[in-house]
Amino acid sequence: MAAQNSQVHLVIGSHFEDIELVQIVVEESLRKLELDDEVAHSISLAVGEAVANAIKHGNRQNPEKRVEIDFGVDDNEVVIEVTDQGRGFDPDNVDDPLVADNLLRPNGRGILFMTNFMDHIDFSFKQEGGTVVTLRKRLPSAAMAPGPSEEN
Amino acid sequence: MDIGVRKESGVTILEPKGKITIGVGDIALREKVHNVLDEGEKNILINLAAVTTIDSSGIGELVSGYTTVTNRGGKLKLLHLPPKVQDILQITQLVTVFEVHDDEGEAVSSFG
Repeated sequence: MAAQNSQVHLVIGSHFEDIELVQIVVEESLRKLELDDEVAHSISLAVGEAVANAIKHGNRQNPEKRVEIDFGVDDNEVVIEVTDQGRGFDPDNVDDPLVADNLLRPNGRGILFMTNFMDHIDFSFKQEGGTVVTLRKRLPSAAMAPGPSEEN
Repeated sequence: MDIGVRKESGVTILEPKGKITIGVGDIALREKVHNVLDEGEKNILINLAAVTTIDSSGIGELVSGYTTVTNRGGKLKLLHLPPKVQDILQITQLVTVFEVHDDEGEAVSSFG
């Protein structure tokens, strides 16, 4: 992953109860960056959604399959990767939860949460199986600073 | 998750506290709504003032509760949205679905 500093690597089983543990670690890592509480909360929520999707849709709650979480920070942004051991999916074929017909569905909003709370998300798929969700959030100081980093 | 329950003028008021997130509170909220319906009550007001976090599963449970109550001829409304929950209802465009109140008395009266 792109992150150079403050690297944290977590591995959990496919249990929803463990999401809170991941969020506690992420929030503690963010606290060291002295991020605004609201920004930290948003990142934590997005990570929770990514891990929940990994457990539910990726690993299909198979307790023998793992979810790996990599958290890092470089000069410009917080980068979190969430990797499952599932079969992957087509991100272009996910129903839009904001379409009127989908508004009252009880699920299908996880990616919407992630895209709203992070600056950038993308999905990649490993040849041997497994989806990697990468979440990026620019740090406020970097976001305010003009310069060549814009080209990223 | 702790969910308080009280009644005011024929309206059951649910008061969840803490997180309504996957594996932490989402199922508890679902069960509480179903328990209230099973007791024959059809008007439910959920006071979210003490909710600190809600994720997509928690939002899903609110939606699920709304449709279940509506399908049984009742009404489910929301009271005292914290800013974080308000933001999420905006993002999900569910502000167009839920009736939201800031005053409990007015909310209870609105059930008619």
